[in-house]
Amino acid sequence: MTESPWEYAPAPESRDIANLKPSYRMFVGGEFTDGGGEPLKSIDPATGEVLAEVASADESDVDTAVRAARSAFDSTWSTMPGTERAKYLFRIARLIQERGRELAVLETLDNGKPIRESRDADIPTAAAHFFHHAGWADKLGHAGYGPDPRPLGVAGQVIPWNFPLLMLAWKIAPALACGNTVVLKPAETTPLSALVFAEICQQAGLPPGVVNILPGAGDIGAALVAHPGVDKVAFTGSTEVGKQIQRTVAGTGKKLTLELGGKAANIVFDDAPLDQAVEGIVNGIFFNQGHVCCAGSRLLVQESVAEELLERLRARIRTLRVGDPLDKNTDVGAINSAEQLARITELADSGDAEGAQRWTSPCPLPERGFFFAPTVFSGVQQSMRIAREEIFGPVLSVLTFRTPAEAIAKANNTPYGLSAGIWSEKGSRILWAAQQLRAGVVWANTFNRFDPTAPFGGYQESGFGREGGRAGLEAYLDV
Amino acid sequence: MSDNRTPERLAVAKTYKLYIGGSFPRSESGRVYPVHAADGGFLANAAHASRKDVRDAVAAARKAFAGWSGATAYNRGQVLFRIAEVMEGRRDQFAAEIAAAEGVSTAQANAAVDTAIDRMVWYAGWTDKISMVLGAANPVAGPYFSFSVPEPTGVVGVLAPQESALLGLISVVAPVLAAGNTCVLVASAEKPLPAVTFAEVLATSDVPGGVVNVLTGRAAELGPWLASHADVNALDPTGAPADLRTELARAAADTVKRVLPVRGEPDWTREPDLQRLRAFTEVKTVWHPVGT
Repeated sequence: MTESPWEYAPAPESRDIANLKPSYRMFVGGEFTDGGGEPLKSIDPATGEVLAEVASADESDVDTAVRAARSAFDSTWSTMPGTERAKYLFRIARLIQERGRELAVLETLDNGKPIRESRDADIPTAAAHFFHHAGWADKLGHAGYGPDPRPLGVAGQVIPWNFPLLMLAWKIAPALACGNTVVLKPAETTPLSALVFAEICQQAGLPPGVVNILPGAGDIGAALVAHPGVDKVAFTGSTEVGKQIQRTVAGTGKKLTLELGGKAANIVFDDAPLDQAVEGIVNGIFFNQGHVCCAGSRLLVQESVAEELLERLRARIRTLRVGDPLDKNTDVGAINSAEQLARITELADSGDAEGAQRWTSPCPLPERGFFFAPTVFSGVQQSMRIAREEIFGPVLSVLTFRTPAEAIAKANNTPYGLSAGIWSEKGSRILWAAQQLRAGVVWANTFNRFDPTAPFGGYQESGFGREGGRAGLEAYLDV
Repeated sequence: MSDNRTPERLAVAKTYKLYIGGSFPRSESGRVYPVHAADGGFLANAAHASRKDVRDAVAAARKAFAGWSGATAYNRGQVLFRIAEVMEGRRDQFAAEIAAAEGVSTAQANAAVDTAIDRMVWYAGWTDKISMVLGAANPVAGPYFSFSVPEPTGVVGVLAPQESALLGLISVVAPVLAAGNTCVLVASAEKPLPAVTFAEVLATSDVPGGVVNVLTGRAAELGPWLASHADVNALDPTGAPADLRTELARAAADTVKRVLPVRGEPDWTREPDLQRLRAFTEVKTVWHPVGT
């Protein structure tokens, strides 16, 4: 890359801003406590170094936390006027903004995502979710679910490692706005920002037990989901685990929402603005290293423009800087864990074995940590694993089509149905395609846009229920 | 069947069949089971649907989905109003079947038919209002036009209520249709005759073949096939007993099927809310940049 015109001097953000502590404790009943489980070690995926030791929960902690949440639900939170709940949520939103830079650095250290993204996307959007839902807390009677919709009780929430604080906000903000209390289990590899959020709850003066944070592995998530004191289960993660949870919850009367995997088609028609499409494709698959359930992981290009588009796409991908997530110039950060890197490598190898053509960005990779160079497979057939399975990494599979009908048929040829992209200058075609696509979010001439006012969620095996907007309130109300 | 109009005349007894893809076949299995009145008298033999009938019905519902979900809301509304019109014309037949099946008085049976017809009218009026009430223009923080619209979930498997033979049936099928879904309906096992007569109403009400498919048989036998079928998108287990509902919900998890939460058979005479319309719709959010 020495001849590249895109050389930048390093612009590292200081890791001191994260106020990293050697150890973190779980948060139950308004107090930080030691858990009964084996402490976790949270590592920096960019270096492989241990960042901090984190207390983890055992089954008795799950029980304690659910009791704390129930007690808070009964004694204060569900009976509090909505206007008061609203003020707590406003406080939390402001505190996230005030500590935004600290949270961004912490998130990047723990997760491996570029600081540019945690600073400009994750943290501001998390704050926005609390602002949006603060305004709902005292207006629930106007949300269309009857004049006085009631909360469900205790919400058990399990979130993934790809957007640790943002997923927490998506779960906790609507739950609290609707009058529920929560027990949340952050992902095993990314618990730190959730525990700083617990501090924020203390700073906001939130009544003890309204929010409880239990770090732990999958067994703690399973125990939380199965706990008889939990009235509502919300899960974001893999389709496989989602199915297990749906089985566990069956017949219990618990309300369930699932946000699961995806294999989004990003469809480029021959009249698309190609440079704009290239930016959208890059954003669609390389944002957050492709660790995005709605990532545009299948590129469907109309045959007549495929060659030209791929050429421009490769030229653009060459300019992506992969490396130190704390460097403000970094576009693609670290893969979250060694396990995830192994999974991506295995699936990409299956692409080779099944006859697709692999192209890898010639960018240099750091010698330490977990990294995977941006990769594009062309000549992909629908039967190949790389066209069917979620890779959850910076790997794009390219397929072609001839007619709009073929594009839709291929796009919909998956059990998933989370998101899709359309690139065309023709408005009538965009609206037609948006109608035909079986996906919960359709981005036309843009990709990966999120907003607390815009409902998000999937069709089919991408899960059910919506998060955000008026539709998202249903998950947390007894309606 | 007895007929007390002219004692010396023998009534033409009706053969009750399935309704799949707009036709009235017998069960592929060749099986029937006797249907008795509330007082124990023999009413008719109903077709005893099999797994193959379920699969045929799902295939018919899938085939009909594009047309029905793609029809305008105005058109779907008119078709549902038409169902109510044709039901009105068969009011006496429905009332007689309900009185026999449920053992209620003629007045009570008439009231049930009237409420069922009114309910169909209520849902007919929803077809072009669902988007307005459940959709939104999302005021996102950025130069984008973002809107959300409810769309039909797809093919819905419906286990109709066991006790309320017509009013319960209409209360579960009308919201599924109003939202733009197609369905496979398993009628009440003990009281299936009004459901078959309803199928005859559908066949003459401008409802495209395959949009509603009516099976008579046992929820316990047919429900698991619907719950595990990969081409069924949602399940309404209202007509299943509680332990079977749990089993069905577990089977549905293999395909992340939507399962309507059911706490038992509701009081169908109560005014419905939007829960059943919401349960069988997916909210789709579309984004587009705004600029010059």
